[in-house]
Amino acid sequence: MIEERFDAIVVGAGMAGNAAALTLARKGLKVLQLERGEYSGSKNVQGAILYSDMLEKLIPDFREDAPLERHLVEQRFWMMDDNSHTGLHYRSDEFNEERPNRYTIIRAQFDKWFSKKVQEAGAVVLCETTVLELLQDAYGKVIGVRTDRKNGQVGADVVVLAEGVSGLLGTRAGLRKTPDKSNVALAVKEMHFLPQETLEARFNLRGDEGAVIEAVGTISQGMTGMGFIYTNKESISLGIGCLVADFEKTGQTPYGLLEKFKQHPSVAALIAGSEVKEYAAHLIPEGGFKAIPQLFGDGWVVVGDAAQLNNAIHREGSNLAMTSGRIAAEAIFQIKSRRDPMTKENLALYKKMLDESFVMKDLKKYRDMPDLLHIQAQNFFLTYPQLVSKAMTNFLRVDGTTKREKEKTTFRSFLAARSLTGLVGDAFRLARAWR
Amino acid sequence: MSAEAAVRVEDKLYLNRYLVDAGRAHIKVRPHTTPSPQLLSLVNVCPAHCYEMNSTGQVEITTDGCVECGTCRIIAEPSGDIEWNYPRGGYGVLFKFG
Repeated sequence: MIEERFDAIVVGAGMAGNAAALTLARKGLKVLQLERGEYSGSKNVQGAILYSDMLEKLIPDFREDAPLERHLVEQRFWMMDDNSHTGLHYRSDEFNEERPNRYTIIRAQFDKWFSKKVQEAGAVVLCETTVLELLQDAYGKVIGVRTDRKNGQVGADVVVLAEGVSGLLGTRAGLRKTPDKSNVALAVKEMHFLPQETLEARFNLRGDEGAVIEAVGTISQGMTGMGFIYTNKESISLGIGCLVADFEKTGQTPYGLLEKFKQHPSVAALIAGSEVKEYAAHLIPEGGFKAIPQLFGDGWVVVGDAAQLNNAIHREGSNLAMTSGRIAAEAIFQIKSRRDPMTKENLALYKKMLDESFVMKDLKKYRDMPDLLHIQAQNFFLTYPQLVSKAMTNFLRVDGTTKREKEKTTFRSFLAARSLTGLVGDAFRLARAWR
Repeated sequence: MSAEAAVRVEDKLYLNRYLVDAGRAHIKVRPHTTPSPQLLSLVNVCPAHCYEMNSTGQVEITTDGCVECGTCRIIAEPSGDIEWNYPRGGYGVLFKFG
């Protein structure tokens, strides 16, 4: 395919791959980036929220020409039962700043823009090319890739695996295990288009302001899961995701869950009359710190979702992807500048630098959360939302019952559902995992 | 059949763009007489409803509407029930929004 040899091959053109390829090319390395889609973004799926800080570290003036949808001024957390939601909303005019902190984006469009920056930096970006396997020498060192192009072998000093959550190449080569079904969520999503004025009126938005709703509760049918509603300029990204293991166990269909979420009385009015233009599905790494695999080896590093770098509690993934891609590239550049070989020993620098960044520190902080939320799904995603809803309706409905009696009823309903030890235990476990 | 199955996922997939690689399915189901629990679960779990039980009780796959999420790989590749590969470069689902 290509006779020449590269300093680095980046497999994948999502957030991590683009960050890595951009950084490597800017440092003057000879980079080949391979993407199986027709362009960067055509296979990529995300909610999607973009965090400015991590992109600024790569492209400081991205606001000038990046396809951004809305900057976020309002966050709503909903705890839902079948007929109601109890919400915690935070809206601040301070988010209307000159350099907003969070934006909604549409990945297919954003990634295309990002990829242009990579090409401008000098990387060779080859799309419509599926990498079939990693080439390894007799000692297991990764020395290149084999693609589905004619004579499709290409060599490089180092391969950056930015191949996404399922990570076919790395797992096939035995560099890491395929993610376990209890450590990944399946999310399905639709794009709902509405006239801009309608959308802005429904969500109480002016200009480029945006709002985000994230919801847990009976919508996930007792599974560990979350629904989301993100406002774009003229569309709403609406979806729901649950652990793959839970889907397998319950036999729920993802699209059935999505339909129910859309029909919920709190949601239906927000999307009424919309035109749906796309249906997508994607896996999300949910295992946290404990699910992070070996990140480097002889001739390779792994970044982004493929490395399971996702903060499920804060719903941050693409920023961890971008940061890990950038840091891997910086580590490779340092090794290259010293004229050292891309050995496992030398590439350990990537892990060391990542450990010092927010990526690993944040994931470490929440290392016990996945176990808590995955194992106690029924309590946190079904029982408590129902109890809270009952408590709220009991509190608000005026029907001649004395307030003291109402309080007793609410307290008894919590005791009956979880018992005193259960309640105290849940609070204790949650606090400990959060710490 | 569950109430959810009444939702026609085909109507959703119809919205998407695909470049189908005719005659080259990127996922294959291992021939079987009785499906394993993992394989059987895919009939419901697959978000594009690519897996379907045929009249003689085997699970079959039609990959045309596949959205390439990888869920079936996570569930049924370890048990050897399916063989999973990416579509050839350029083929498969082409997201406009993603």
